[in-house]
Amino acid sequence: MLTVFLQFLLSGLTVGAVYALVGIGFNIIYNATSIINLAQGEFVVIGGLMMWFFTESVKLPFFVSILLTILTAGVVGLLMERLTIRPVKKTDLLLMIMITISVSIVLRGLLMLKFGKNSYSYDPFTEGEPISISGAIIQQQTLWVIGVTALCTVLLFLFFNKTLTGKAMKACSVDSTAARLVGINVSRMVMLSFILSAMTGAIGGIAITPISLMEYDSGPMLAVKGFCAAIMGGLGRGRGAVIGGFLIGILESMTAGYLHSGLKDAVALIILLLVLFFRPSGIFGSSAAARLRKF
Amino acid sequence: MIMNRTNFSAMLIFVSLIISLPFLTGSAYVLTVGIFSGINALVAIGLCVLMGYAGQISLGQAGFYGIGAYVSSILSAHYGLPVIMSLALGMLAAALAAVVLAVPSLRLKGHYLAVATLGFGEIIQIALNEWGPGGPSGFGDIPKFGIFGYTLNTTRSFFYLTWLVVAAIMAFSINLMNSRSGRALKAIHGSELASNAMGLDVVALKIKVFVLSAVYAALAGGLYAHYITFISPSSFSFFYSVLVLMMVVVGGITNLWGGIVGAIVVTVLPELLRRFEELDILAYGLILTLSLLFMRDGIVPLLIDKFRKVFTVARS
Repeated sequence: MLTVFLQFLLSGLTVGAVYALVGIGFNIIYNATSIINLAQGEFVVIGGLMMWFFTESVKLPFFVSILLTILTAGVVGLLMERLTIRPVKKTDLLLMIMITISVSIVLRGLLMLKFGKNSYSYDPFTEGEPISISGAIIQQQTLWVIGVTALCTVLLFLFFNKTLTGKAMKACSVDSTAARLVGINVSRMVMLSFILSAMTGAIGGIAITPISLMEYDSGPMLAVKGFCAAIMGGLGRGRGAVIGGFLIGILESMTAGYLHSGLKDAVALIILLLVLFFRPSGIFGSSAAARLRKF
Repeated sequence: MIMNRTNFSAMLIFVSLIISLPFLTGSAYVLTVGIFSGINALVAIGLCVLMGYAGQISLGQAGFYGIGAYVSSILSAHYGLPVIMSLALGMLAAALAAVVLAVPSLRLKGHYLAVATLGFGEIIQIALNEWGPGGPSGFGDIPKFGIFGYTLNTTRSFFYLTWLVVAAIMAFSINLMNSRSGRALKAIHGSELASNAMGLDVVALKIKVFVLSAVYAALAGGLYAHYITFISPSSFSFFYSVLVLMMVVVGGITNLWGGIVGAIVVTVLPELLRRFEELDILAYGLILTLSLLFMRDGIVPLLIDKFRKVFTVARS
């Protein structure tokens, strides 16, 4: 009984970690620009599929592949910002949402062209026997996924709170005009936010693909789940997204385990609607802060 | 009739085009593409009203389209209801769903509706897969559209029916947008705060428009089901919502005719692109991105602009 519960909990934590990373990605861009980037899921797919391409197809060493994959995602983020976000001077939210949707379709089209409609996977980071905790089985890759998520969260936290660039990005999110007045290059910060967010997503993709397969069209669902995580934790709050992501992951795997696997995907969406309806500032967000938001 | 002269002449040209098309071509293929254009046009007009006039975005029109199709199909195929009645009940079901969705999300600031509708569409998709008759593979034997004991068996008759409905919905929508509520909606789009201060019930109006767009989509879904006579959840996926969004953006959100033109363009385009089948998603994405970046107003407003310029030059 307990073993089964523990097993569900662990698989929930694994997918939850990826939702958390996607949620963080949403927050990074949202904080710098007030844009909801619905192409966020595609960044994760790029991470998984490019990693497959570099390790299995080109046969590059593991660490080189990881670096190249993250770099590729960063370039995609950069191009997206330069080509589609920057030319639109007017900050019309409706337009911005539509642009990110259309970019996500372009990315999906490119991915399908390159990788077709197959599912991809590659070997776990480390080989070895699964670990057993009171009967529940943990694959080593699960630990990697959770560890990578934790590392990313800590690094991003340090970046936003300890470095000058990070603090400047935070300043843009509070008031971009004031940030410009004190000499911060706001447009560079926006660019940086897209690069950073794409890289975060790609790292999630790299870590999760050995466990759950990756396809060219896995993006939208990941985006929706990650967005649920971000909304649940209060949009714009980094730590909120992490907790939100893990909560959604756990609830999902409990639903799949105890109720019905077909309903798994509905859980996050129902949570999303409930949070939007009853606590739009998020479970952990303050409603006073939410009122100051543009979105 | 509160329709102005431009819209009235546009309507006349439009109706004569519809009537003449089946005489110009006997090809069932062309007419079938025409039927799908018409069905999509209904959904697009609804989204056009919502986006262009109420300034709200919906990423879940496929959900309402699916509700219309499934409710009407189930009621007519499994419970033997006349198609016209099941169609109306399908629209009613979509309207109820729209109210439930809109009342909480439209109270919120900004574009929460976009996200809420996205979630809603996905939930409908999952529900259809889980509980719809036939599950993911769908079900067939849905009765063809018929009225007063007369069944529309030919492609041509269904073509006329579809576009008759489009024309009626179009006339209704144009009148509505030129009415008191329509002017109020334009005011809301201009400035929500100012309209509120003028005493307009902004939230109530937005909910009404949202419900209207859902009902249009459900009507289209019903027509689709009773034409194809077979439906499965994959026709009502998120991709369809994006497709409708694309129709409205390509056609032009500030003009209701944009919905129709966009629907025709986006429906005919894949037929022309068919030989590049691997590229269709990419082509869709590029067209949508490029029209958002370079043709932000859409085809119809662009043409009107060109037309006006030519006219003023000719006059002077």
